[in-house]
Amino acid sequence: MSPQKSNTAVGQSAELKPGLVGLAEDWSSDQRAFKNVPWGKAMMWIFLLSDTFIFSVFLIGYMTARMSTAVDWPPVSEIFALSFGGDPIPLVLIAIMTFILITSSGTMVLAVNYGYRKDRKKTTILLLITALMGASFVGMQALEWSKLISDGVRPWENPFGASQFGSAFFMITGFHGFHVSVGVVFLLLIARKVWRGDYDTEKKGFFTSQKGNYEIVETMGLYWHFVDLVWVFIFAFFYLW
Amino acid sequence: MSNGAIEDTQVIPAAEIEEVELYHAHSFITKWVFSQDAKIIAIQYSTTAILIGLVGLVLSWLMRLQLGYPDTFSFIDPESYLQYVTMHGMIMVVYLLTALFLGGFGNYLIPLMVGARDMVFPYLNMLSFWTYLLATLILTASFFVPGGATGAGWTLYPPQAISEGTPGINGGIILMLVSLTFFIIGFTMGGLNYVVTVLQARTRGMSLMRMPLTVWGIFVATILALLAFPALLVASIMMTFDKLLGTSFFMPEMLIQGEIGPNENGSPLLFQHLFWFFGHPEVYIVALPAFGVVSDIISTHARKNIFGYRMMVWAIVGIGGLSFIVWAHHMYVSGMNPYFGFFFATTTLIIAVPTALKLYNWVFTLYKGNIHLTIPMLFCVAFILTFLNGGITGLFLGNVVVDIPLSDTMFVVAHFHMVMGIAPVLVIFAAIYHWFPLMSGRFLNEFWGQVHFWVTFLGSYLVYFPMHYLGFVGVPRRYYEIGETSFVPESAATLNEFITIMVLIVGVAQIIFIINIIMSIFNGKLAGKNPWKATTLEWQTETTPPGHGNFGKELPICYRWAYEYSPPGVKTDFVPQNLAPDKIK
Ligand code: HEM
Ligand SMILES: [Cu+2]
Repeated sequence: MSPQKSNTAVGQSAELKPGLVGLAEDWSSDQRAFKNVPWGKAMMWIFLLSDTFIFSVFLIGYMTARMSTAVDWPPVSEIFALSFGGDPIPLVLIAIMTFILITSSGTMVLAVNYGYRKDRKKTTILLLITALMGASFVGMQALEWSKLISDGVRPWENPFGASQFGSAFFMITGFHGFHVSVGVVFLLLIARKVWRGDYDTEKKGFFTSQKGNYEIVETMGLYWHFVDLVWVFIFAFFYLW
Repeated sequence: MSNGAIEDTQVIPAAEIEEVELYHAHSFITKWVFSQDAKIIAIQYSTTAILIGLVGLVLSWLMRLQLGYPDTFSFIDPESYLQYVTMHGMIMVVYLLTALFLGGFGNYLIPLMVGARDMVFPYLNMLSFWTYLLATLILTASFFVPGGATGAGWTLYPPQAISEGTPGINGGIILMLVSLTFFIIGFTMGGLNYVVTVLQARTRGMSLMRMPLTVWGIFVATILALLAFPALLVASIMMTFDKLLGTSFFMPEMLIQGEIGPNENGSPLLFQHLFWFFGHPEVYIVALPAFGVVSDIISTHARKNIFGYRMMVWAIVGIGGLSFIVWAHHMYVSGMNPYFGFFFATTTLIIAVPTALKLYNWVFTLYKGNIHLTIPMLFCVAFILTFLNGGITGLFLGNVVVDIPLSDTMFVVAHFHMVMGIAPVLVIFAAIYHWFPLMSGRFLNEFWGQVHFWVTFLGSYLVYFPMHYLGFVGVPRRYYEIGETSFVPESAATLNEFITIMVLIVGVAQIIFIINIIMSIFNGKLAGKNPWKATTLEWQTETTPPGHGNFGKELPICYRWAYEYSPPGVKTDFVPQNLAPDKIK
């Protein structure tokens, strides 16, 4: 039998069997363990697994610190309250931030969808909207930080209770915010490439010299959803506990 | 077993994806310096790792000089002794062994052995090396900052790692933590490549259960590293904040020179858990690739298929999984709950089962084999013995009641040097003697190889056997000098002197080895194609050493497992993995 050239970049293997049988068959086959999964996507999944461990360790560290400190934990619903003239409303800023970030996951999904349809214009716009929401999330996080700082909370001290509150809060939300910021940068880069039509012409990457295609939008989406999902946990552990 | 049999009618699967075009370098710099070719990256990784490893080696000589001849060398004071211990340990474990096995052998062998032209993301792979280089440079720089390198011990336990009284608490510890962070980032970039290449970029016919065990070992070790390094990364970040920002993650309330320090309520135990959640898998990150390499080398040099291939694969996977639930056996002396200790003692004993299984299988592979006592084979046999030895003392230390009196004595030092110092290094030597003809087209000098082997093997036993005894009589580890005690007999000093002399002799053998490499690159005996008559794909390339893109125009097709040695009814005593069934004589 001579090798067949497949017609898509992803490659199509013979029909895949569903369920456990299919899983066993894929893993005992040659060439690829995850059939029809491009390299970039496989790599993103494995990276996210590793990143999950990083965030888990951060959160476990935070929980340990919180449980072993002998000083009272500060009243979070009061600290994270904003007042617009009247009585302070607890968790208002964070509610908006969370809403925006979750919504941006929706626009990301649409971008992926339009990407596969090669609708350059809609994909670009949706990617830009996603990036914009990400950026505003980071902006509001900066607001939140500056409010805490003006209240006297520092990484090394905290007028409302245990000093580990400030340490863990700035460290973990900072690390997450860093993830969001990196995501925004890459969203912008990909939006530019989509707009230019690089993925229609399979233009080679400047550094990598590998051909680009619309799968990168989906890979980017994986990262973005992950950053979102992690936020849900951070939100729950810092604001609701 | 179907994977060993040669079937007449073999269906060759179609290629699932088009070949990805390779990056072709045009200038000298992109070809040799900022290279994206995994083989060149491998050599860059290996060279850097060996160079920094030599620094670690010299540090061990300095330590031994002090221990063998206390009060003799005025330039070694207690502070610098602690710095040597720390830097030696960290360099050897992380910057030498991890980098050499995964970045060095992983890069060279994975694409070749699974039949790929390169790693899946060569550019990222290149960045991985340069980040690693940066990490080693930062680490080296820490010797030269005011106050010198950190002397906290390679475990870097807080609070002492960042408190007054420990050497290098200003620049040293910070640079260590920063360097580790860069190492982890660099490793992650490479590690993602190794994993995805194994999973998604194999050649036609290369199923997972046909891969050589070397690839299995490196693959599982890389997964362990991707999941274990996060704990070290986070611990490093938190400790950096404790030091630089004055947070109290790990820092409890302390009296410092009679005054209450600024910290409160931190948990030093948290650091220990994080460190060892990384630290124990780290042992297997080093050991699993070694296991794989040994399996392939003894099979080739004994002209016999590996005994129990499937068992070997599952043992690697099983050890990998179990290695995540034994970490607190390093913390028995921390005063943990006895039930907790019981749990970790039990898992530690359980992990010995798949490990012992591997040892038996190696022995069965050798049994009635046509053993060629080549230098790689000698080193592998030495590994089997040494690993057995270190493994057995490990079982002792895994039990709480035995560990508590032996903890922090030379017995522990002897144990871990046997199991993760000497044993993997022996495999590295075996691998270099075995694959040097592939990488350079020439053999290493046989005579000096024999000298290197016997001096290293016998010498390291003469170094570490006595250390077990020193541990029993209670000689503590990380001590600048024993001084006068009521319990350590005076003969311990003589023994220490003996060990030091042996260390220096072993050290000379390593210098001979390095010279042998350099000389053989230029005028070693020509090896020709596939000199060991091995079956695996890396030896079946068009040119030796393999060129850019590894294989010729067509990628090889894999028809069978990697261990078709001395099959009955075949003229040659081996059948390469890519030899079509109708071409077998
Ligand atoms: C020629 C080879 C070697 C010699 C002579 C040697 C010697 C020593 C000595 C004297 C110590 C200090 C013991 C103490 O006072 O506590 C030590 C510690 C250590 N060595 Fe080695 N070593 C060698 C190779 C290695 C290798 C290959 C590894 C890799 C795993 C390694 C890992 C360590 C570690 C982790 C420590 C503990 C450091 C600490 O206590 O913080 N050594 N070694
Ligand atoms: Cu361990």
